[in-house]
Amino acid sequence: MLYNQPNPLEVKVLSRRFTLPNSQSIETYLANDGYKALEKALDMTQQQIIDEVKASGLRGRGGAGFPTGMKWGFVPRQSPKPKYIMVNADESEPGTCKDRLLIEYDPHQLIEGVMIAALAVGSEQGYVYIRGEYRYLIDVMDRAIEEAYAKGVLGDNVMGRGKKFHLATHSGAGAYECGEESALLESFEGKRGNPRIRPPFPAVAGCYQSPTILNNVETFCAVPAIILSGAAYFSGLGSPKNGGTRLFCLSGHINKPGVYELPMGFNLMRMINEVGGGMRGGKKLKAVIPGGSSCPVLKANECDIAMDFDSVAAAKSMLGSGGVVVMDEDTCMVNAALRIMKFYAHESCGWCIPCREGTNWLKKLLTRFHEGMGTRSDIILIGDLSKNMLGRTFCPLGDAAAMPTIAFVEKFQDEFEAHLDGKPCPYENTSRPVTA
Amino acid sequence: MADLVKFTIDGRELEAPAGTLVIEAAKRNGIEIPSFCYCEGYSLQAACRMCLIDVEKMPKMQVACTLPVGAGMVIHTDSDQVKKARKSTLEFLLANHPLDCPVCDKGGECELQDMVFRYGAGESRFTENKLHVDEQQWSPVVFYDGPRCILCFRCVRACEEGMGVGALGVINRGAVSLIAPNHGDHLECDECGQCIDICPVGALTSGAYRYQTRPWEMEHVGTICTHCSDGCKTTLGVRNDEIIRGNNRDRSGINGEFLCAKGRYAYDFYNHAERIQSPLVRVGGKLEPVSWSKALEVVANKFGEIRSRSGEIGVIGSNHTTNEENFYLQKFARHGLNTNNIDHHRTGDVVTLIDALSGTTGQLATTQDLYEKKAFLVIGTDLALEHPFLSFQIRASHRHHEAHVYTITAEKVREDNYAVRAIRKPAGQEIDALEELRTALAVEPELVIIFSDSVKGDAVRKLVEFGQSLGTAVKYCALVDYSNSRGAIDMGVVPELLPGYQPSGKPGLSAQEMLASQTLEALWVVGANPLKDAAMASKKTFVVVQDMFLTETAQRADVVLPAASAYEKNGTVTNVCGEVQRLTRAVSAVGAKTDLEIIGLIAKEMGLAATVGPWVPDTVYNEIRKTVKGYNIPLAMLAVQSQQTAPVNGRVPVESRPDLIHSAHNGLFTSGTLGRYSKVLHTVMESRESRSAQEEMAHS
Repeated sequence: MLYNQPNPLEVKVLSRRFTLPNSQSIETYLANDGYKALEKALDMTQQQIIDEVKASGLRGRGGAGFPTGMKWGFVPRQSPKPKYIMVNADESEPGTCKDRLLIEYDPHQLIEGVMIAALAVGSEQGYVYIRGEYRYLIDVMDRAIEEAYAKGVLGDNVMGRGKKFHLATHSGAGAYECGEESALLESFEGKRGNPRIRPPFPAVAGCYQSPTILNNVETFCAVPAIILSGAAYFSGLGSPKNGGTRLFCLSGHINKPGVYELPMGFNLMRMINEVGGGMRGGKKLKAVIPGGSSCPVLKANECDIAMDFDSVAAAKSMLGSGGVVVMDEDTCMVNAALRIMKFYAHESCGWCIPCREGTNWLKKLLTRFHEGMGTRSDIILIGDLSKNMLGRTFCPLGDAAAMPTIAFVEKFQDEFEAHLDGKPCPYENTSRPVTA
Repeated sequence: MADLVKFTIDGRELEAPAGTLVIEAAKRNGIEIPSFCYCEGYSLQAACRMCLIDVEKMPKMQVACTLPVGAGMVIHTDSDQVKKARKSTLEFLLANHPLDCPVCDKGGECELQDMVFRYGAGESRFTENKLHVDEQQWSPVVFYDGPRCILCFRCVRACEEGMGVGALGVINRGAVSLIAPNHGDHLECDECGQCIDICPVGALTSGAYRYQTRPWEMEHVGTICTHCSDGCKTTLGVRNDEIIRGNNRDRSGINGEFLCAKGRYAYDFYNHAERIQSPLVRVGGKLEPVSWSKALEVVANKFGEIRSRSGEIGVIGSNHTTNEENFYLQKFARHGLNTNNIDHHRTGDVVTLIDALSGTTGQLATTQDLYEKKAFLVIGTDLALEHPFLSFQIRASHRHHEAHVYTITAEKVREDNYAVRAIRKPAGQEIDALEELRTALAVEPELVIIFSDSVKGDAVRKLVEFGQSLGTAVKYCALVDYSNSRGAIDMGVVPELLPGYQPSGKPGLSAQEMLASQTLEALWVVGANPLKDAAMASKKTFVVVQDMFLTETAQRADVVLPAASAYEKNGTVTNVCGEVQRLTRAVSAVGAKTDLEIIGLIAKEMGLAATVGPWVPDTVYNEIRKTVKGYNIPLAMLAVQSQQTAPVNGRVPVESRPDLIHSAHNGLFTSGTLGRYSKVLHTVMESRESRSAQEEMAHS
């Protein structure tokens, strides 16, 4: 089953094999440039691979946007400890649905990217941490891994060139926090999914306290194209310092929601209108979450921006995971803030006080507020509590809960005031409830 | 010694060794950085965020509990931002924290209360519904009030890391996280109660103390626990001359933050209903209450009459009485009653150890050595059950200093969990396994060897020979059972030795021989119960017993004199490592007198008071200082901290009588006679037995 109709404006690099029949199989992969980058990388030195990735301008596609080549460079390759490659397939950021497609439609691309990373740092073992809710994808990944072993791609003699690499999947168990890299490692090691004290960072002390490269699925998937077609090609697809393409997940009140691979720097309004097919039912645009629920919302008049890490940051939001959520004029912003806070309160791991208590308090407060039982001082309190969480929590989940809330209450104060004095939600009677 | 790093806190220029955490560096310089989850000695968490501070040139606030001091660091703990952060963290905590102060045991000694007083957020802006779960009772002595829990996880770490038990864990996620006991709805653990002490709020409270009083209504008396020989300090909360609770919140003893179930809860024997409160004299076959003067008269007349004919009198002393009482008793026996028949139930072969170490100094381990040294050999004992504080020290040394532990025991013991080598050998044959360990032990930088009564007599000599031949610095510890077992030997409560390991030069009956004798005319038993496991051969012997309860021996007695417990008197006791410590009287004895006074009164009644002198503990102690080798320690020093005695380092020219040495191997919830009269210990044991029975039925 196809995920959505491709759009002619797409630049299909990572997703170029999605529409091929039997795209999951290694046969299809090999017939379409499959594992050629790996062969090339087997002839490169570790430093050459890392330099190529650095030059490509690839930045982490999980949300933080950290330069990938630099991250790989932090691994102490001389260390006698074994090196690990860990794939973060715990895709849980609300609004994000791209990694599932990359695994479902082109699992071998992921394997190839992982193996090139392994060559870069001398790793012989990798794991794919897949969120437990993606049960069927764990099977897909396992089958692809089996195929790769059978073809001699994985194993003790990679492609007959004497190197070893082994790969296995590991299932998550339903926790958003386990997408945070150190919490993922804790969960992988069989412990509670609480994040770790950093420093040291995973590059130095990660899986089993050994040097680990931990990246998002999409980040690894970009690596074969970089190696095969060159860093200049990849970086040229995007904007300066924001190289390449990325998979944008367009959802919300648009005519053509779906996952589209577009160059970094593509304009957001164009994305909504020309790729997403414009607003559904001819409604007006009210707000857009540009990169997953952790990112501050953009008002309609703030959306004429390039979608790359630096430009969105300049607009005081984040490119994040590429989850673009489009909301029309009939959407209650208070309810949106509430729905997002419910998510964070549920997912807070409970380790640190500001996040655990802050998200819980805000959830209750926003619930009461949305029901019309809030006061003017509550509006101030919402912002105050959020600011008290910001920068003070153990891991960025607290920030992820605080920043959007601050944005909602500051940019849509009139909507909050419209819920005061027992007034019913002005959007209550629309036919499209936002709450779950 | 690490290099010193210079930095600034609140405008003060300070320095500390590289690697010191900012929170520690501040504390050592009198600057308090508040925290809940930071707990010295346990793994770092940085979870509570209370210790956030400003560091110049770092964009975000940093947690002081994981940040090591850096050269040139400029730190502010009193900036507006820091104050705001602390206040907001407390406000977050108080959102779901229930307003239980009026009914919460912790009120008055609660860290959350203290912090709110100091850092604000007393008035909350929270107007939503608080999360609630019902209180749970996890064991007879541990209650958990989930709503109060601030999830600092100190209890989890204290149990897992400190005790090696790991009976507490965390369940659920986010704001509905809770601490959970290892058996779902109840705890199966050592019941040490350290989780209760370490809890900063009233989430974990003591079932023995719950709802009884407020901390400020009690006077807190720190004294030495009267159970095993580890010598832990326990802090007794006393109100109206009654002990309401025991705990270790002040941590000022040799035991640091450690205290076990016996030290904490098992003071309650002292006011058991069956405690003897008046002297008893056998009249017409039955023990009748009489006045002190009457009882003393009976004893003095009988003893005096026997003494005048040079008839045989035997004295059995105690493992619990103070050094002063032991010294006094043997002095009166030898110089007043003219008898050398004096003994006590011996529980470890200290005598042979000291003899084997003749000519050396500094080879007897202290409890501090058990934390500082890097290798330990434990022989013949499950230390975690029998000497939990010693086990705690070794475990801490393993955690902090990567100490190596070796065990030679009959069954698996808790130390095996982190031992380098664990060897199984039946009791009495442990020495046979020593050579197996020679290579490993010889490369250890240092070693402490701890052994129980299964190594005695010649085996001790072989053990010391082995240790001395390793070519590394070795210290030894001969385990003994009770709170002053070591002191009893030091003070010569044995026929062969005078105080200070001088030979008595005279023959004398051992305790066993006294019981078997058909010619012994009087037997005076002080704080011991030899007839629990043995019978008295002669029905004609006149028996005088000083004790707290009508033990088996007291039931055979002709005169019973009620004695005070350790919590009702002053004096000194010596622990298993030879550390001398002071007892501080916590409550008054009701009807009973201290053993020292009773001995003195008997002497006085017999007209022999001059042979022993005044029955004032400090006076007797001063005499001990002058006459007993190794005990020349000023009382003032003992008031501040324990001091190890340095016994004679020459030969101890007597055989130690290994046939008479027998440890009771008490466990966590048993303690000889005293344990039998502790209701709390019984409740704990019964709850475990009934649980096991239930679980067996459930599984069958």
